Amino acid sequence: MTDIPQELKYTKSHEWVRVEDDGSLTIGITDHAQGLLGDMVFVELPDLGDEFEAEQDCAVVESVKAASDIYCPIEGEVIAINEELEEAPEQINVNAYHEGWLFRIQPLKENNFDDLMSPEDYAELVESESH
Amino acid sequence: MSKRIIEQNAEHLIFELSDKNRRSSSLAPDVDISAVCENLPEFALRKDNLELPQVAELQVVRHYTRLSQKNFSIDTHFYPLGSCTMKYNPRACNTLAQLPGLSGRHPMAHASMSQGVMACLFDLQNMLMEATGMKQVSLTPMAGAQGEFAGVAMIRAYHEHNNDTQRSEIIVPDAAHGTNPATAVMCGYKVKEIPTNEQGDIDIEALEKIIGPQTAGIMLTNPSTLGVFERKIKLIADMIHKAGGLLYYDGANLNAILGKVKPGDMGFDVIHMNLHKTFSTPHGGGGPGAGPLGVSERLQPFLPVPMVAYDGQTYRWVTEKEQPLSIGHLSAWMGNISILLRAYIYALLLGREGMERVADYATLNANYLLKRLADAGFEIAFPERRASHEFILTLRKEAKQLGTNAMDFAKRLLDYGYHAPTTYFPLLVPECFLIEPTETESRDDLDAFVEAMIKIRDEAEQLPDLLKNAPFELPVKRLDDVKAARELDLNYYYQD
Repeated sequence: MTDIPQELKYTKSHEWVRVEDDGSLTIGITDHAQGLLGDMVFVELPDLGDEFEAEQDCAVVESVKAASDIYCPIEGEVIAINEELEEAPEQINVNAYHEGWLFRIQPLKENNFDDLMSPEDYAELVESESH
Repeated sequence: MSKRIIEQNAEHLIFELSDKNRRSSSLAPDVDISAVCENLPEFALRKDNLELPQVAELQVVRHYTRLSQKNFSIDTHFYPLGSCTMKYNPRACNTLAQLPGLSGRHPMAHASMSQGVMACLFDLQNMLMEATGMKQVSLTPMAGAQGEFAGVAMIRAYHEHNNDTQRSEIIVPDAAHGTNPATAVMCGYKVKEIPTNEQGDIDIEALEKIIGPQTAGIMLTNPSTLGVFERKIKLIADMIHKAGGLLYYDGANLNAILGKVKPGDMGFDVIHMNLHKTFSTPHGGGGPGAGPLGVSERLQPFLPVPMVAYDGQTYRWVTEKEQPLSIGHLSAWMGNISILLRAYIYALLLGREGMERVADYATLNANYLLKRLADAGFEIAFPERRASHEFILTLRKEAKQLGTNAMDFAKRLLDYGYHAPTTYFPLLVPECFLIEPTETESRDDLDAFVEAMIKIRDEAEQLPDLLKNAPFELPVKRLDDVKAARELDLNYYYQD
């Protein structure tokens, strides 16, 4: 069974979102997504200060199977990136929810994250995709 | 000199065979090097000797003969690589395309001296027009990717010519070949992805939502990469045209419908054909290729030049003078002429009915193989649909229950003498095998492939580790994909 932490929010394109204490959002790809993609070989992250609209592609993860776009879940400005992934993209495979985080954004508008999925909804999506 | 430790049956690099005292005089150039170098300026002269491998003639002969014997090709093995149409290309096409009268032509020769070869090209233009239902064909693109690029460049030229410059988006289905979005981006467009529904058709509701005055066009493959025919194609064409956009047809899967269904009739405005897969040139070796374009009436003025025209007596080159809105030249001359000639001969050999039989048997073989694999208990990704020329198996059950994934099956197939099908593409089907048998395989060969698949599944049940460590019979065993991707190093350096 794939790991879907209860404290996170999700997107239908398989990103996870953690709301930090300071209101910023940390983003990565889910355990399910890394399992599908397989061994990671490259990660291309956005630059600090880049601004993205919701659902705009903003990063790329490349595995032995495919290169996949990562979509920004919510309109925001990039305030941190996980530089360690450049040398060690396999961190995403090792732990997608912690060492494998991709980048952090500051939302540009107030947002109650209604567009994001709950862990239950995401679990349902994963279930439906594997049947 | 250090030598890599290599596996049994593997071949050393030619550099590793090198030794200071070995030479092969028959291959040495018969010139006085110092005389040649006399007139060169100082900076252009090497300071050190060139480090070429020093190998005796017999070693060279053996080295390359052994390498050639390691080829895993359509001449030696069944090659069901989905989406690639690895079919047999008749020897006759190659032999005839090399007739001295054809191969001796120089591209700069005056048209009056090239009437024969121009007649072949003119006929090929017409045959491709008829086979695809398009209004005009330009043969010049020198690869599928260049054909795609030219096709979308024409869509851009068309909108710009109409001062319709707010069109900034190209729509691409999620199952498309990666080259489609890449082409759109190369031509300055933003890519809008649309999902595919559970039946393998395009999600019309999703399409409706993203069509608008910003839509420049849509890029489709039909039958799609999922191996099924896009049933709503007429509706999609109407929707796109109504919004002022154009339809691009990726000819990757033309083999499935050759002579049966015409992209022109489906409403496409521009198509490219991969002559190097559908029309008798082996491919997969990185080229050369040929990606001719066919267009509807509205894109005719923008076709790349040169083309061949005929006034009933003489053939002439059509250049920018006659075609002022052309997107221009894509190469110095007339594309990859030898591939165009092979296609011409292949089309002549087949005739109109023969072309239909290509589609008949490509489809029959795919559906036969699908049915036999389904009967053997393998899961089909789109069971309600009839396959076109290819189909998708999903090995998710085997992955889940036995712990052996699609890659393990693919590697083990190599041991049984089969080129692996396309794996993990399209990515939206988990643990997938995209299988394309093509029309040139016999029923015996298809049956043998099914037997191999059943045998491998038995092995997966009884000896899963066998699959995970396969292949065993090849010069190199399981490759390290991650290392290969991350530490790409193709240079050889001599070590003292």
